[in-house]
Amino acid sequence: MKRVQFSHPLLPYMLLLPQLAIVAVFFLWPAGEAIRASFYLEDPFGFGSTFVGLENFSDILTNAEYMRTAWFTLFYTVIVAFFSLSIALLLAVKADAVIHGSATYRTLLMWVYAIAPPVAGLVGIMLFDLHVGPMRDFLAHFGWDMKVGVNYWDTAFVMAIIAVWKQIPVNFIFFLSGLQGVPKSIQEAAAIDCRSGTRRFWSVTFPLLAPTGFFLLIINITYALFDTFGIIDIVLKGEPGNNPITLVYKVYVDGFRGNDLGGSSAQSVILMVLVFALTIVQFRMIERRVHYS
Amino acid sequence: MAKIKLDDIRKVYAGGVEAVKGVSIDIEDGEFIVLVGPSGCGKSTLLRMVAGLEAITSGTAQIGARTVNDVEPADRDIAMVFQNYALYPHMSVYNNMAYGLKNRGTAKAEIESRVREAARILEIEDYLDRKPRALSGGQRQRVAMGRAIVRDPAAFLFDEPLSNLDAKLRVQMRIEIKKLQKSLGTTSIYVTHDQLEAMTLADRLVVLNGGQVEQIGAPIDVYEKPASTFVASFIGSPAMNLLALQKQGQSWQLQEGEGLEIELDVAAEEITLGVRPEDLHIIPQGQTSHGVLTAHLIVSAVEPVGAESYVHGTLGNGGPEVILRAPGKAQFAIGSKLDVTATPDKLHLFDGNTGKRMEITPMRVVA
Amino acid sequence: MKSIKLLDHVILILGALFMLVPVGFAFFTSTHDAISVYQNGLQFTPGGHFVDTYTAVLTEAGGFTKEVTGLTMAWNSLVLGLGFAIGKIIISMLAAYAIVYFRLPLGTFIFWIIFSTLLLPLEVRILPSYEIVQGLGMMNSYSGLIIPLIASATGTFYFRQFFKSVPDELVEAARIDGAGPIKFFIDILVPLSKTMVAAIFIIMFVYGWNQYLWPTLITTDEGYFTLVRGMKQILQVWIGAQIPDTNQAMALAILAMLPPVIIVVIFQSWFVKGLVESEK
Repeated sequence: MKRVQFSHPLLPYMLLLPQLAIVAVFFLWPAGEAIRASFYLEDPFGFGSTFVGLENFSDILTNAEYMRTAWFTLFYTVIVAFFSLSIALLLAVKADAVIHGSATYRTLLMWVYAIAPPVAGLVGIMLFDLHVGPMRDFLAHFGWDMKVGVNYWDTAFVMAIIAVWKQIPVNFIFFLSGLQGVPKSIQEAAAIDCRSGTRRFWSVTFPLLAPTGFFLLIINITYALFDTFGIIDIVLKGEPGNNPITLVYKVYVDGFRGNDLGGSSAQSVILMVLVFALTIVQFRMIERRVHYS
Repeated sequence: MAKIKLDDIRKVYAGGVEAVKGVSIDIEDGEFIVLVGPSGCGKSTLLRMVAGLEAITSGTAQIGARTVNDVEPADRDIAMVFQNYALYPHMSVYNNMAYGLKNRGTAKAEIESRVREAARILEIEDYLDRKPRALSGGQRQRVAMGRAIVRDPAAFLFDEPLSNLDAKLRVQMRIEIKKLQKSLGTTSIYVTHDQLEAMTLADRLVVLNGGQVEQIGAPIDVYEKPASTFVASFIGSPAMNLLALQKQGQSWQLQEGEGLEIELDVAAEEITLGVRPEDLHIIPQGQTSHGVLTAHLIVSAVEPVGAESYVHGTLGNGGPEVILRAPGKAQFAIGSKLDVTATPDKLHLFDGNTGKRMEITPMRVVA
Repeated sequence: MKSIKLLDHVILILGALFMLVPVGFAFFTSTHDAISVYQNGLQFTPGGHFVDTYTAVLTEAGGFTKEVTGLTMAWNSLVLGLGFAIGKIIISMLAAYAIVYFRLPLGTFIFWIIFSTLLLPLEVRILPSYEIVQGLGMMNSYSGLIIPLIASATGTFYFRQFFKSVPDELVEAARIDGAGPIKFFIDILVPLSKTMVAAIFIIMFVYGWNQYLWPTLITTDEGYFTLVRGMKQILQVWIGAQIPDTNQAMALAILAMLPPVIIVVIFQSWFVKGLVESEK
């Protein structure tokens, strides 16, 4: 790591001890426990458990409701990632382009980062509320009679729009700093080579932003999968019923409401594999980013 | 103040790369030694081993009477000036200079007087309360020097301390370092890749190449009697012209066969002939050669640098390229043909295979 | 050229409004009384009940939860945010220091153990984590809220990146100046990391303050509820009410977002730098 390092028999281990202890107790143990439990069937009355091999997994993957949730999760992830990335990119490009007030715009577009997903969820469902929601009234003018919590796709729409609203700031911050990181000399060279601003953006700026974009794509997928939990829980008011939910929410519902430990653990393990794959991709991106600079 | 003795120092890295291959140098008390060589020659590694920042794989390093191989850097009684200065960015100039003394438990009053004295010598008294980032490059350089001199160590170690400065400041600081070192009389080892800096600073030069010592000697001796073709081409700018000669019976000729011929009685298979650009002279039109060696130079480029001009050309048509230094504004058309000459005492001969210098005066040189 | 610039501003203003208007509705609604909100829907003009609503939300026990005031929840949020940020910074700085600056025989192995935590977010191991914390008797406690959240090594990763970017020569100069590992850490590395610590502190404070799922599971005693955790409770009271206190719900939402928003806005240059740099 460093050309010159300290060598000391005990000190580094003492420095590492708190971190390692917490990781062992609150990470390795539960993660291992989740993997173990995914191969067992828990007795509903708490009288031990039996090893069932991959049965929990095959049960899940053949379960129509699980697959429906999986498809919705995919759809939701794509929608949230696409809209929050593209709106943020548009705003970042404009904020980078204007000379006056760019600091003000930056503040106005990023502060929502600090709002917790469930708080965003609460404000969101109030706006679309059947009785008091101004957004619902507004959309009713266009003949859209919104019934959040009753109609599947109306609920999905509100869940998505809140998630996009909450995620735009992060993407905006990264895109803007990516744009500001494009060397001025390259922009000047491009301005000499190409008259059209739009063309210049797509042929020069956009490819230079690509590493940031790939990186954000992973971040947004992870966000849509996991961090939207608070939004979904609030929008559904804790009562999923027939409404759309994501895979993470289902782990929670089945584990804590359904008391299906084995099934919930197997779902956790499937998600672990998914996140693991995403993180590997992300690390490779980071390595690539290093080569870019 | 101390002698430093390096005996057969080697550095082998974990991967098996041998960075320093057995270097021995005896450094006198108060001497200014410059380690010079191209990047990757092992000069910095050698210095860092003296400092204790790299472990010595084998061999011994002595500072004063003490073998320091296993002594911590802080206990070696040395001070080091780094290329990027390595000033502590959050400490004032005063604290940067005082930090090492504080760690040694020096009394407060003593620290105060030493830092003030060093600041006075280096003319940075006005900046003592500033942070390094509020200083210019040259001032930071002085602080780094100050940090070294307050400690009054047995030796100063300099690791390319001037390479982050602009050209003008570099020349100025070079002179100041030299003066300072002479007035303090502290043994110093100085690493640089800049041969001009090396020449001007050193009492003795150590030219390193590929982890080995090519030559040790006073700058002027190294310049006038380079021990190898490597030293000959590394020291001096523009570099010495090196011409491969081929054996033709008893005499030696330029490979391309144009002009030059030397009669020598040596056993070598191949010979390289060296001549410095300033030792090649143009024979004015209509005069005959006063030197022994003469050749035709076909001009390919002229670089006027003010007081003199560098004339580039080939010896004969398609022959080896050479440079010569002509005084004043040389005005030669590209492609024009000049007669050039050099005296035998200014010719250097090297074994073509080993590159080592051969001490043979050319018997007879014919054009 | 002029018209293009104008269009840029129009797009940016629309974007800014998109961000602001929902929170504007929340705020203005909180300044009205419950009945007028019930009759007229959410409001976008200031009302005369700002003081009433916020006093009620902050001080009246049982406003929503029947046991806890908004002030208690804000205090709990603060403890969670500060405890998480400070705990994480200390623990991860020490660990990163050991990894970067020491020759460790088991270094690579330890590195991978710590960094494996980046692979699996809390959400996917939520049930066993809950059971373990329950088994350790840490339910309804600040330590049960905070410590398991520190298990993810993001902070260690950030500090490792930062320490690696500190010039090697500083530790070399410090060693020649006679500083050992502890002295170097305290005298040089910690002061050098000030900006980085500030940036990470902001990010981690916001992250801790905004936690939802974990507090939802770990705190059943309302005395440990945080503001964000309280959102769900608000809803459940709200669903059953005759005339829902929408104004108070919105006031609580505003209170829950205010501290992190203020910190992020005030320290935005540090925060942005920390966020962007640390992800590299």
